[in-house]
Amino acid sequence: MRVTPAVELDDVSFGYRPGQRVLEEVTLRLGEGEFVAVAGPNGGGKTTLVRLILGLERPADGRALLFGEPAHRFSRRRTLGYLAQRSELGGDAPATVREVVSAGRLAAGGLIGPMRRRDRELVAEAIGRVGLSERADAPLRTLSGGQQQRAFIAKALAGEPSLLVLDEPTTGVDAETQESLAALLDRLHSELGVTILYVSHEFGAVERFVQRLVLVRRTIVFDGSPQELPGVWHDPSHVHA
Amino acid sequence: MRLALGAGAVIGVLAPAVGFFLVQRRQSLIGDGIGHVAFAGVAAGILLDVSPVLTALVAAVLGGVAIEVLRSRGGTAGDQALALVFYTGIAVGVVLVSTAGALNVDLFQYLFGSILTVTRTDLVVIATLGAVGLATVGLLYRALAAVVVDEEGARVAGVPIGGLNIAVAALAAVTVALSMRVVGILLVAALMVLPVSAAGRIAWSMRSAFLLALVIGLASSLVGITISYYADLPPGGTIVLVAAVVFGTAVAASAARGR
Repeated sequence: MRVTPAVELDDVSFGYRPGQRVLEEVTLRLGEGEFVAVAGPNGGGKTTLVRLILGLERPADGRALLFGEPAHRFSRRRTLGYLAQRSELGGDAPATVREVVSAGRLAAGGLIGPMRRRDRELVAEAIGRVGLSERADAPLRTLSGGQQQRAFIAKALAGEPSLLVLDEPTTGVDAETQESLAALLDRLHSELGVTILYVSHEFGAVERFVQRLVLVRRTIVFDGSPQELPGVWHDPSHVHA
Repeated sequence: MRLALGAGAVIGVLAPAVGFFLVQRRQSLIGDGIGHVAFAGVAAGILLDVSPVLTALVAAVLGGVAIEVLRSRGGTAGDQALALVFYTGIAVGVVLVSTAGALNVDLFQYLFGSILTVTRTDLVVIATLGAVGLATVGLLYRALAAVVVDEEGARVAGVPIGGLNIAVAALAAVTVALSMRVVGILLVAALMVLPVSAAGRIAWSMRSAFLLALVIGLASSLVGITISYYADLPPGGTIVLVAAVVFGTAVAASAARGR
């Protein structure tokens, strides 16, 4: 029996303008429970790939499926967790960690009225999983960059996702924090069995945790385990060449 | 005076309640744009000899929804389309008012507010629609706050962002139309923004910022009306100046605390 992949891209091409191709003939399958890193140069099409996977864009050619359904018409969106590039709060409101994480229960818990007890429990659990229980009621802006990213990861976890997509989650944080976030994701992957797609312009921080590494430069130029990666590719400048 | 305080209290709470979600999403000037469109509605009401508040309400809601649709397209084209809606609103208003021969004091009460002439019927309309607006904000608070926190993440998770944004635009339009008699079209956006900005400086959470904004809006409105009554000053301008003083104080308090 064929197991439905979490993500399935078949010969997908896409451009934002006619005649232009940001991605060309991309074929990619992510099985449920995989922890995969997608890396590539800035402008290489990583974020576009994420948008196609999440159904925010429709392929010009080919097809994009999420758990077997066309991604743009995916019926179980509440099971998708997404951390955008260096998420930042708008405006002046001093949202606390708990308020940020609570936002992750919206799709699953219903739009109208106050949160239910079960939702509040899941929020507290997600905050605990990322190690921020003691700062749960602190305004996000008083936390370090790494802690803020942990809060947004907790927000994504609060929705009990089947697929967690992180787009450049470590931009603007130091190497030590990148390692720490990668280790956190590895632990969450082991504990929850959630499918994780980690997208970044460099993969050093997650290389030892992921099972698969996919390099994208308009198309997929490498797809395999990090150990199979030719030595020359470990030099990020090669990816940019 | 009691009618004025009643109307001022409703608007003092409603304007920051709706403005909160505009300010947090860096759309502070949307209220101003809707005011421009509402002006065309007032002018149409004067020309057609029907209630200017009613025509302004219709124009503001249509304009607010149109502005949201154009804004959601984003980019330069969306920005220019917004400017087109704003200035077309003012231009249509000026032409209609001039045609009606109504460039006079009657028009000024809509531009700058005339709360002391609010009637019992006006108060009933303001209180009823204000209550509906506040109840809607209360019911949708969690959803609107979640969009403030992470709009893209909410969109991916299937939250109907477009519908929520249009709801906020419609609420802003109702607020503008109801606030015309209190602070006037030209100053309504200030009452939607200043209490929220002040609250953001001294609050300790998003919920506390929201509630503080309502308290500041209410206090600014009641204090402003009282000062204007005894000092014979225009109420709309006085209310906004009180809110501006509160904002300045909040900024100073925030700076003193080293935040």
